[in-house]
Amino acid sequence: MALLDRHVGFLDALRGAGLAVSLAEGLDAARALTVLDLVDREAMRAAYAATLVKRPTHRATFDTLFDLWFPAAVGDGAGGPPAERPDPPRPNLREPDPVADGMRARLFDLLLDGDEAGLRQLVRDAVATYGRSPASAPRQTWSAYAVGAALDPRTLMAGLLRAVLAGQDRGGLAERTARRTLEDRIAALQDMITAEVRRRLAEDTSAERVAKVAVRPPLEQLDILRATRKDLAELRRAVHPLARRLATRLAVKHKAGRRGRLDFRRTVRASLSTGGVPVRTFHRPRRPHKPELVVLCDVSDSVSSFAHFTLLLAYALREQFSKVRVFAFVDNLDEVTAHFAPGVDVGDAMRDLTSKADVVWVTGRTNYGRAFELFADRYPEVIGPKTALLILGDARSNYGPLALPALAKMADAARRAHWLNPEPHRDWDTGDSAASTYDRVVPMVECRNLAQLAAFIEDLA
Amino acid sequence: MTSLFSSPEDVRTRLAAGDYLSDGHIATTVFLADALGKPLLVEGPAGVGKTELAKAVAAATGAELVRLQCYEGLDEGRALYEWNYRKQLLRIQAAPEGQEWSDTHDDIFGEEFLLSRPLLTAIRRTEPTVLLIDETDKTDVEVEGLLLEVLSDFQVTIPELGTVTAARRPFVVLTSNATRELSEALKRRCLYLYLDYPTPEREREIVLAQVPEITEALAEQLVRTVATLRALDLKKSPSIAETLDWARTLLALEADALDEDAIARTLGVVLKHVSDQTRAAKELGLPTAESV
Repeated sequence: MALLDRHVGFLDALRGAGLAVSLAEGLDAARALTVLDLVDREAMRAAYAATLVKRPTHRATFDTLFDLWFPAAVGDGAGGPPAERPDPPRPNLREPDPVADGMRARLFDLLLDGDEAGLRQLVRDAVATYGRSPASAPRQTWSAYAVGAALDPRTLMAGLLRAVLAGQDRGGLAERTARRTLEDRIAALQDMITAEVRRRLAEDTSAERVAKVAVRPPLEQLDILRATRKDLAELRRAVHPLARRLATRLAVKHKAGRRGRLDFRRTVRASLSTGGVPVRTFHRPRRPHKPELVVLCDVSDSVSSFAHFTLLLAYALREQFSKVRVFAFVDNLDEVTAHFAPGVDVGDAMRDLTSKADVVWVTGRTNYGRAFELFADRYPEVIGPKTALLILGDARSNYGPLALPALAKMADAARRAHWLNPEPHRDWDTGDSAASTYDRVVPMVECRNLAQLAAFIEDLA
Repeated sequence: MTSLFSSPEDVRTRLAAGDYLSDGHIATTVFLADALGKPLLVEGPAGVGKTELAKAVAAATGAELVRLQCYEGLDEGRALYEWNYRKQLLRIQAAPEGQEWSDTHDDIFGEEFLLSRPLLTAIRRTEPTVLLIDETDKTDVEVEGLLLEVLSDFQVTIPELGTVTAARRPFVVLTSNATRELSEALKRRCLYLYLDYPTPEREREIVLAQVPEITEALAEQLVRTVATLRALDLKKSPSIAETLDWARTLLALEADALDEDAIARTLGVVLKHVSDQTRAAKELGLPTAESV
């Protein structure tokens, strides 16, 4: 019965983490377990993954939860009851610690060979030795940080590189490739440490409790303003596939249900093969409607990562628009369309933009009022009846002027106008946010993650 | 239903015999798809061997591969079955004087006038069959509905002939590049396998298996370099197929090591966008095109 309970608990946790696991899929998983050899943990993982996880972005969440519900080991992993260790050794910088040195020597060899099983064993030992925080607290806690500090894999890098390159030139391609490989292995090591610490925590408390803390939202639900650097890199990778998916869906939408005029010639030609009876009719394709897009984006530090992604997506989709013009502002406004010429890397463009474009006037704080007035003044002809106007920003004006009349005029001239705000809806109108004031002039949409952004852009094009 | 494989290990060895190197995950998933009689949906970037997997399963089990290539505008008539209008018309016109309509009717809706398309073909076969539905994401949503019906019951109803039920369930593989999200209903009925770019170790094995003339050292260098390229932020990361092309190119050029010059000369084999090439050249510190 224990396995069944685990199974049900695991499904429940997956649902709690936002994976849509249906009853039928749960049954499939259970059925899959009956035909497999359950001694093989990886086979079991594969069985669950194949039956329950149908989206690649959910895979990380799944793996975290699987490790918690079906841990690879119990206790120290030696079998038998966990040994009592009343005095966990503390890594001390001043005194040399022979145990830690021994582990680091082992780690060096393992990283050099890329021996995954060996690394896993080492991580288990290291966490058992160093991961436990002092027994002063009533309940034991475990810390990945302490293990990382004891092993300190980054400091091994120079020696590892020397060993791999073995007398080859430094600084060349060989070094880059070697560094990349080693860095990947160290990153994998860090993940192993985190997973192992989670496992120990789950043993002491419960899998449910650890799951609540450990599980991160899937990539498309990730709050862009709160993303870490690693997340941002992953988000950038996700933009192109997303754009491709959107483009296909838009193409389908443009075609569906709107057949053009009858193509008389093709219809008659085709009817010859059915004895002159026009069994199939042919139609001319409709000309797709492509809006012009004008983007005004706030590139001040607080929202620049959001502007970055929206521009990335807009540029990845530029075939869907007949023309795209981009203006950036902080407290001054500048056209930056030229930075995004076809073939240019948008990441570089964003970096360029902040250094070269003339967007800062005096204070370097966002001034929406001035930006809108400058726009209305300098580029009155940009917005026409075919234009979709898009404003990106958090509507935090630092208590400056709002220039509502200028904005209203812009919004009137455009075919449609939207404001994308990367802040959660509940934070609007707090502090210096003028969200609802602007909302009355230009409809404001909350847009915090890729999923919301994709939904919006699809609606727009 | 008789199974094609006896265990995940069996899948692995038999696929390897046909030069398809799988890993534990792939082998287990393929085994489950067979054991549970469920369609297998394979997703992943272009060129990681999704279609090859289906071919390898067919080759390993001695089954025949029936392939349905999906494209935009694919309809029931191309996927399932169609009546041969022209032949029916001919039959009606050539009917002898005085033949009853009911006879003609029975005649023209017979087996002889039925054009069997891949889905029906796969269902009617009594021999082991692998049905490959390639690039499922390219079809329209209506075809997905059709697939749902066929893949959940493995039967097709032809109004004039009656219901055709699979004598032997084919092993079904659907592939998708995820250019659009497939419907939840279809995903729910399938087992899911995400094929990503392989680890350097596995890719080295693949290169050695597919291009046996290459030296181990060069293969090692090659896959490490490709892994470095994939880590860059590129428009199109190099696929396994492109790694193999690269290996063959290097052999043809008789390069015995993959140094900066060799890479700069042959980068076009793996990277097919100008912006990607300039980016790689910058990040890897390669000599630029002018100086070569």
